[in-house]
Amino acid sequence: MIDALEKSLDAFASADPRVNPPWLKSIREAARARARQTGFPNTRQEEWRFTNVAPLLELPLHAAAQNGRQVSARDIEPFRFAPDWPCLVFVDGCFRGDLSSLPPRESGVEADSLRTRLNGNAAELQNDLARHASYDANFFTALNTAFFQDGAYVSAADDAKPEHPVHLLFVAASDKPGATAQTRNLILAGRCSELKVVETYASLTAAPHVTNAVTELVLGPGARLEHCRLQNQNQASFHVATVQAVQEKDSHLLSHSIATGARVARNQIQTLLNAPGAVAVLNGLYLGRDDQLIDHHTVVDHAMPNCESHEFYNGVLADRAHGVFNGKIFVRRDAQKTNAKQTNRNLVLSENAIIDTKPQLEIFADDVKCTHGATVGQLDHEALFYLRSRGISAAGARQMLIRAFAGGVVERITMQPVRERLDQLLAGRFDHAQA
Amino acid sequence: MLEIRNLSAGVGGKEILNGLSLTVNPGEVHAIMGPNGSGKSTLAGVLAGRGEYEVTGGSVTFNGADLLEMKPEERARAGIFLAFQYPVEIPGVNSTVFLRAALNECRKARHDEELDSFEFLTLVKEKTKLLELDTTLLSRSVNEGFSGGEKKRNEIFQMAVLEPTLAILDETDSGLDIDALKVVAGGVNKLRRPDNATLVITHYQRLLNYIVPDFVHVLVKGRILKSGGKELALELEARGYDWVLEGAANRNHD
Repeated sequence: MIDALEKSLDAFASADPRVNPPWLKSIREAARARARQTGFPNTRQEEWRFTNVAPLLELPLHAAAQNGRQVSARDIEPFRFAPDWPCLVFVDGCFRGDLSSLPPRESGVEADSLRTRLNGNAAELQNDLARHASYDANFFTALNTAFFQDGAYVSAADDAKPEHPVHLLFVAASDKPGATAQTRNLILAGRCSELKVVETYASLTAAPHVTNAVTELVLGPGARLEHCRLQNQNQASFHVATVQAVQEKDSHLLSHSIATGARVARNQIQTLLNAPGAVAVLNGLYLGRDDQLIDHHTVVDHAMPNCESHEFYNGVLADRAHGVFNGKIFVRRDAQKTNAKQTNRNLVLSENAIIDTKPQLEIFADDVKCTHGATVGQLDHEALFYLRSRGISAAGARQMLIRAFAGGVVERITMQPVRERLDQLLAGRFDHAQA
Repeated sequence: MLEIRNLSAGVGGKEILNGLSLTVNPGEVHAIMGPNGSGKSTLAGVLAGRGEYEVTGGSVTFNGADLLEMKPEERARAGIFLAFQYPVEIPGVNSTVFLRAALNECRKARHDEELDSFEFLTLVKEKTKLLELDTTLLSRSVNEGFSGGEKKRNEIFQMAVLEPTLAILDETDSGLDIDALKVVAGGVNKLRRPDNATLVITHYQRLLNYIVPDFVHVLVKGRILKSGGKELALELEARGYDWVLEGAANRNHD
């Protein structure tokens, strides 16, 4: 295991030093040391009990670079949502300015490649980049912090209310197995701004590739941020993601994690409610089939009083798919009048599909309202018969019920084109599954 | 139209229908009456294609086709409609979307043009009047939060939209007060045509005051013991099911 770990670290050590201003350099070195100490996760660790990422080390890991096939505007067209949405395109982890469209200056939103920013005046990054996503206990976050090369920087000015969401599109295109993209995103929503950002992760290759993405979200006082992750990479690949949000006073985070791709996907969705009046809605949907493993570990950290969190995660699992949901809620001693709710619902379509669901509430304040609930069920046979008895095919009836199950989560997304994309995705996804 | 011959069926190895025969012709209304446990709902379930029943003998043909070989949706598309005794609540499935999908499946099977949403809404408006149905119910999920009466009315409303050739009403009167019963029965009556037929399954004679049958059959222990005209229902109401049972027993002794 030590050899494998060294191998996985050394694979990236040669990465470009240009994105390494002095203030970041010390962070990177600390993160690398921490990664070495933490070690590659194994299933004997509580946090990784159900999720075996060891097969990742069997791949010939190497830093993804833009040296494979040419990717054109036509290739990425199917992933775009609307022509007028600004879209930053990254191919194999590298920014492609020629395929991207940046937000207009008057929208109050700046968006750029992080690498470009680091190369130029990195001052505006210094307070936030790598300051919020802790690499202390998470090997992959540490690895990303030590070695990330590029990603997106999005910043909404105070009071900015841009008309369109910003789309960050990450596609893997390399045909070489083991190409690893360590993507780093920093999204800043200024005071009282209203920003929407969609991150899409997709594959233009069938080769197994690795994504290790970290996104930091910083919500200023009164800011409203809707952040949507849409992960639909090929089913040979590995996807590890950390989203860490920090919320100031009266800010509102609406987070969506839609996970349908990858062989093994691990998502850490975390928010720190760091000032009174902050509200977080964590919304998630995982759709597993074949031998996929899709894991969500969420953390809602109520550090201050009078904050609210609402968490809704729904999963559909077919074939031999394995879903993992672990929902942590911390209510710190000062966080009186906390209102925290968590639900995790699972629809299991096959006898061989597995779901491990675990709420984890740690409450240190006494005047709080916290509820949680988890359900695991199958398609309702009586409902299926009812629909069929009206003329709807068995497959159509199943699809209707699966869509209905996912519906609540889909409808929380305010961006219509994203909802439509999801509906298309849902439509054919479980056609092969048995009733 | 419907020809049931010597039908035997059960669930989990237990026989419930035991050699039932029945012929239904276009334009006719048949009432199946019987005490609890006589097999009324099993008959409805077998005709609609409920998976849990196992047919152990006999045959059912519907307009010349072997009904028992058909999937539930194929039966529906062929013109069979079951009004459920307990309509299912289906959260998240919009009533209008569901019913339009169902109607278009049935229309496709009949080689009719599918209806677009505007044409469908026009049709819906017309049919809701028939059942005095609150149209706001149709913007909700299928049967979700509907009262008992609303659910039953919704069943007949669906029947009005789908225009089946054979409607099977399974205990449609159960749980209805007299006003709702009149509305539901009125709807069924307005849908009667010379080319369709109705099978009314009921425990009580009450519904048959409003949906007047051409034939009444008494189902006991999985087979029809006695058939007659509408007056048989009144006689049953007055004398109870035991009277039929005794009659049958006496005949056996003769």
